[in-house]
Amino acid sequence: MTDPRDVVMRLDRITKRFGALTAIDAISLTLRRGDVVALLGENGAGKTTLMNILFGHYVADDGRVEVFGQPLPPGNPRAALAAGVGMVHQHFTLADNLTVLDNIRLGTESLFARGTSHAAARARVERLSRDFGLAVHPDARVGSLTVGERQRVEILKALYRDARILILDEPTAVLTPQEAEALFATLRRAIAQGLSILFISHKLHEVMAIADRCVVLRHGKVVGEVATAETSGAELAAMMVGGEIALPEARPATAGAVLMRLDGVTTPDKGAAPGLKRVTLDLRAGEIVGLAGVSGNGQAALADLISGLIVPASGQITLGAPPARWSPREAIRQGIARIPEDRHKTGTIADFTLTENAVLEGYWQPGFSKAGLMDWRAAEGFAEGIIAAYDVRCPGPGARIRLLSGGNMQKLILGRVLEPGPKIILANQPVRGLDVGAIAYVQSRLIAARDGGAAVLLISEDLDEIMGLADVIHVMSEGRLSPGFPRGSKTAAELGLWMAGQGFDHAA
Amino acid sequence: MRLDPIAAPSLRRQIGLPALALLATIAVAMMLALIAGANPLATLGLIAKGAVGSKFAALETLNRATPLIFTGLAVAVAFRAKLWNIGAEAQLYAGAIVAVLLGTGALSAPMVLPVSALVAMLAGALVLLGPVMLKTRLGVDEVVTTLLLNFVMLLFVSYLLEGPMKDPAGMGWPKSAALIKEARLPRIVEGLRLHWGFALALISALLVWVIQTRTTLGFEMRAVGQNREAARFAGMPVNAVLVKTALLSGGLAALAGWSEVAGLKGHLSSDLSPGFGYTGIIVAMLALLHPLGVVATALFVAAIFVGSDSMSRAAGVPTYIADMLLATALLFMVLALMLTRYRVVWK
Repeated sequence: MTDPRDVVMRLDRITKRFGALTAIDAISLTLRRGDVVALLGENGAGKTTLMNILFGHYVADDGRVEVFGQPLPPGNPRAALAAGVGMVHQHFTLADNLTVLDNIRLGTESLFARGTSHAAARARVERLSRDFGLAVHPDARVGSLTVGERQRVEILKALYRDARILILDEPTAVLTPQEAEALFATLRRAIAQGLSILFISHKLHEVMAIADRCVVLRHGKVVGEVATAETSGAELAAMMVGGEIALPEARPATAGAVLMRLDGVTTPDKGAAPGLKRVTLDLRAGEIVGLAGVSGNGQAALADLISGLIVPASGQITLGAPPARWSPREAIRQGIARIPEDRHKTGTIADFTLTENAVLEGYWQPGFSKAGLMDWRAAEGFAEGIIAAYDVRCPGPGARIRLLSGGNMQKLILGRVLEPGPKIILANQPVRGLDVGAIAYVQSRLIAARDGGAAVLLISEDLDEIMGLADVIHVMSEGRLSPGFPRGSKTAAELGLWMAGQGFDHAA
Repeated sequence: MRLDPIAAPSLRRQIGLPALALLATIAVAMMLALIAGANPLATLGLIAKGAVGSKFAALETLNRATPLIFTGLAVAVAFRAKLWNIGAEAQLYAGAIVAVLLGTGALSAPMVLPVSALVAMLAGALVLLGPVMLKTRLGVDEVVTTLLLNFVMLLFVSYLLEGPMKDPAGMGWPKSAALIKEARLPRIVEGLRLHWGFALALISALLVWVIQTRTTLGFEMRAVGQNREAARFAGMPVNAVLVKTALLSGGLAALAGWSEVAGLKGHLSSDLSPGFGYTGIIVAMLALLHPLGVVATALFVAAIFVGSDSMSRAAGVPTYIADMLLATALLFMVLALMLTRYRVVWK
């Protein structure tokens, strides 16, 4: 195990800064032949940044990477590929309109090469898929594959390029627990064939299941490196969060009246994303409803519906006051606070100031404008109030919001929607990509709003987050909504079966 | 080569690079003069003298700037909302047609000027409304429709001037009858060849600036332009905002044609605009779509045109130098603007 010849990859004091922020700070890491090392850390700990440096998407400010004893030239993805590093990204990089085989060959052959052998490539892909247990049809169009199958194509792509080191970035984020199990079986075969694996995750039980060693990152620094056999999930968790921030303890709430009801709502599919299929859902005062599910199973449609972006094709939305024509403006009028999934594209306008973003959805209200004329002084006062009350770290209300970190941007959005005292809160992936401190802050604000009598709908792909916060859990699969399960009544594995689509046929 | 965005460009960068672009433009101008066989410095001097060297020259420049301010504003307003109105030329002619329709006796003083100005704006707005409705309803690209409407409108004007609007006393020339005296824009100062259209253009620029910075509509227009998805999510009526933007933009462009007919020419002919609608795009881009900046760049562009005309007569350098100068100025300015926001990394 200490034989230096076995070392396949060595990171030496890698540092990357973004402006004043040091995203990763002097990280060193060694990967040996047949090793499975997990890189563990909360969102924002620097895992993805480190991988992007490894793969040449970013150039490190300091430090070096060695692969099989050779230094890897920085900022060159091709060099990483040539050195035998294969990466499976969190977001797949496949062409939907091509077949599996074409996707795998894409970029491996010269455009001007004559007489490339289709048959040989095909035989090779079939052999790889047999050897590694990656069942997928080479002639299937990628657009028609499930998420799990697409991931297999990504892994095949890396293996086809003779990768000896596989880097997997949050590979299970889009998988059901059962699909994740199949992935782990494949990875075990890969290890048996002498590959090395770097596995990035923030899910403890997976790390415990697959990795030999575990490197824990916090705020861009390595805070610990332990063999998984010698540690426990609890110890790792403490390392990850540093023990300094306790996640908010959700107290069992006492649910009140139904504030919003969806009654048999159906919405059209949007391309590959399914619409809602006769969804019936009650949002009650003083209750957090958690919506679990694998990404792309209709959560987007539900969020768009409640946000006012789409209208039901059939079925009904019932609110305290009967809604006029359903629209984003009407949703705001009805007192629905909407925290969008994508705070950069949907939640804010990057080149607008904090003040302008603070009144983006309320500018037409009497407090901020009169007879079509903006009252910028009032708007700035509102922004200053949010900055103070929600601890938004920024140069001032006149700064462009693009200069803010994700956490501070989210706090501004939080202030914008919570300040008016909403009755209903839609929180779509509210903590994705935030650091631990911001996560705790956002979650405690949601809990406080719930305790204050608001109805909260929390949509998340992170089952742990849902199970930690929600009073009632629904699962979505292919646009269908499961019955509501009270807090603690279902295990993660049971919810996983629902996420995979089982149980819906029997449900009423 | 790669472009790295700069989060907060320094003031030096923001002022220095555009200044550099201006210098580079002047250098190109001198090179062009050299190629044409003239003394570069003398040529520049003649352009400057021809543009602002005398009272007559300066007033000529202001007159030339007037339609450019209007079309520049029209483009700036539309582009700010990412509504690509390339059809200011057509909207300009719509305004010019109204000036003739209502100014040749249909209305009399004191109603004729304000009414024909308003109707002209309405006509220009309607010309742009079609393409915008096609865009919001059916997703038809407005670049294509507004651009092509320019040619349709020019042919329509030719038809009018050969047919229903032809001046019976025009000795067969394709031009309209002259406007009655009450329908003409008076001069700002008696005896000086500068009409009230210029003042109207300045007031319009100020109004547009107030609309963009102080009104809810302006806030919506900027939001829709910067990020349509976020604007829609925030509850802004995106399509209605686009329609209102189109009405304002088309109306402003129409005022260019209206003021040329009512203030300068006194009649409509098919050579009324030497491409004011298109030059308005350059004016607006050079001004970074800022309505007050439009006034400055319109004056600059007008000075180059007027100065080049005069220089050409004196030095024998073709007037096309003006077009080439504007083109290089635009290219350098676009480059400078990109470089203020991005750092070029060679590797």
